[in-house]
Amino acid sequence: MSSETQKILSTDGIPLEESLKQAEKKNKIKAFLLVTPLLLFLIITYIIPIADMFSRSIDDKMVTNMLPKTYKAMEQWDGKELPPEEVFEAFYLDYKILVENKTAGRLQTQLNYEKNGFKSVLKKLARKQKKFEEGNYKEQIMKVHKRWRNVDYWRAIKRRAPAYTYSKYLKGVDMYSNEEGKIVQVSEDRRIHRILWSRTLEVAFFVTLFCFLMAYPIAHLLATLPMKYSNLLMICVLLPFWTSLLVRTASWMILLQQQGLVNDFFVWIGLVGDDNRPEMMYNKTGTYVAMTQILLPFMVLPLYSVMKTISPSLMRAGKSLGATPGVAFFKIYFPLTIPGIGAGCLLVFILAIGYYITPALVGGASGTLISNQIAYHMKSTLDWSFASAMGLMLLTGVLVIYWIYNKLVGVDNIKLG
Amino acid sequence: MALPKYTEPHYRIWHYFYLFICGCVFFFLIAPLFVIFPLSFNAEEFLVFTDGMKRLDPDAFSTRWYKDMVYGTKNPWGLAAKNSFIIAIFATIGSIILGTLAALGLSSRHMPYKGLIMATLISPMIVPLIISGVAIFFFMAKVGLAATHLGIILAHIILGTPFVVITVTATLSGFDHSITRAASSLGSNPFNTFMKITLPLILPGVISGGLFAFVTSFDEVVVVLFLAGLDNTTIPVQMWTGLREQLSPTILAVATCLIVLSILILLTAELLRRRSERLRGINR
Repeated sequence: MSSETQKILSTDGIPLEESLKQAEKKNKIKAFLLVTPLLLFLIITYIIPIADMFSRSIDDKMVTNMLPKTYKAMEQWDGKELPPEEVFEAFYLDYKILVENKTAGRLQTQLNYEKNGFKSVLKKLARKQKKFEEGNYKEQIMKVHKRWRNVDYWRAIKRRAPAYTYSKYLKGVDMYSNEEGKIVQVSEDRRIHRILWSRTLEVAFFVTLFCFLMAYPIAHLLATLPMKYSNLLMICVLLPFWTSLLVRTASWMILLQQQGLVNDFFVWIGLVGDDNRPEMMYNKTGTYVAMTQILLPFMVLPLYSVMKTISPSLMRAGKSLGATPGVAFFKIYFPLTIPGIGAGCLLVFILAIGYYITPALVGGASGTLISNQIAYHMKSTLDWSFASAMGLMLLTGVLVIYWIYNKLVGVDNIKLG
Repeated sequence: MALPKYTEPHYRIWHYFYLFICGCVFFFLIAPLFVIFPLSFNAEEFLVFTDGMKRLDPDAFSTRWYKDMVYGTKNPWGLAAKNSFIIAIFATIGSIILGTLAALGLSSRHMPYKGLIMATLISPMIVPLIISGVAIFFFMAKVGLAATHLGIILAHIILGTPFVVITVTATLSGFDHSITRAASSLGSNPFNTFMKITLPLILPGVISGGLFAFVTSFDEVVVVLFLAGLDNTTIPVQMWTGLREQLSPTILAVATCLIVLSILILLTAELLRRRSERLRGINR
């Protein structure tokens, strides 16, 4: 800034530049204060709990808290030979408290994960240790079951010592760390999570593709028709958009059932025999059909809003210069709609990858997705740390896609209706 | 749209094929909704079109499932409807207040870290519902709000605000800030300026954002499934339970009512959109 402008003073004698800066600062604070209530609310009730899921997913303090004395005594033990008497004594004392509090069952289950056959050994100890005499616990415990002489079992206890673990994440991709601490894959018939991940990606990809193929022509029609017709047709897109997800899923359940209208139609046109009606629900077909219809409006609306801005004279110009309609379309119209395609595809993909309700209702066993697995662990097995780990893995994927979306389209460009 | 007379035959065929495809897609979009309507008047307990219905025999139709919906002893639809409306209304009010304030701040050109804050505020819309559900459940359980109306309302405010922020920000993008400055220079205090000048102009955006928030809350099931106890069951949760156990015609009666409701909401939203476009001087 030149020296002349710096000399200009406002009415109260402060240099104009400073006065402007102050006003700017005041406005900044004012704007920020308006955002603060919502920002604080979201950070406390939403952002922090999501971050908290991470600490929950690596939290492995359960066993550590159950055997505090044992782990203290084990600090000195190198793990090569059987632990000394102090460890046996500490373990006896810890386990006695657990048995008295009737929480020994949880320890048995947890240690059995680490080493098969631990459960029965611990159960036997729980019965016998009531008659233990004071002193020389090493001998007494080893007398209960010969496996207590096996150093592997003590190593298994020691392996559970760290209060943090990434084992839940390994489990999410069907791996685990074995007794030597190496990361290996689970046996082939138990790799359920990888199937779910790939199926989720596959369903999300194909639903996005189907949505795109169906949405493109109708978005084009809506954008080129005169206003009075297109408004009417727009209702066909907006009504499903506003209708309850469960209502739409219910209607697909009726249509796709074995005695449903779709099967009736197939029989009527002679595609299948009446006694040979195909199963279209409770498998992947049901998931594909229902999800495509439900997510279709999310593809049509961004495409429409982009196509609306393309001037029809561009196509006419192309044709007048000798392009065939096909060439004009692919060289002129299609490239102009790419922002809309990007927005629609990423929106549908993000929504599809985290879908829960529809796959759970029409998907059956072969149509369920990763979110169903998360809900299952939240509600049925109560393995919340595993559910958190899977949730965060899914979230990471979505955030990467969202980041790409933001780079390509910008969040501000999301249009609703 | 009519084709010009000079169109070549193969292009003409292609054009009708294109219209046919469009027709099929529109049918695919809208037809499933209308299956529910006749079946909800079925006199039988089956969810298929009976022969009587195909002949349009009046005896094959009845309103018994609607009666069951209202008076049925086993169906807690009354409680569910009450809960749904209470939760949705309070969640909408909360979303509108928080969302509009935030949008006003975000639209100011003085706002620092605009991109980052916008991304944070919109995040509940981007994060898959199941993850939001898990996170919100952990929070509500920690502060003792699980299985309470307040907990569900707060959860729905989280999910509803992004819509209000987006619609109001969009309305404010065409907002002429010189009129609020004019009001201030004429001696109006900021509150008065907001109520008399800004609010009436952004009202269409606020209401349509509110509609989104209302529908989001009214239709939301994933988060409520984690949070709700027996006393705070909502219509979607009841439908979910019903659909998982047995698809009964009573559910279709409820679904029909919900479709009617969504038609009303759609009409309101359309009217608002047109009014807002007229106010902003966009004539399409």
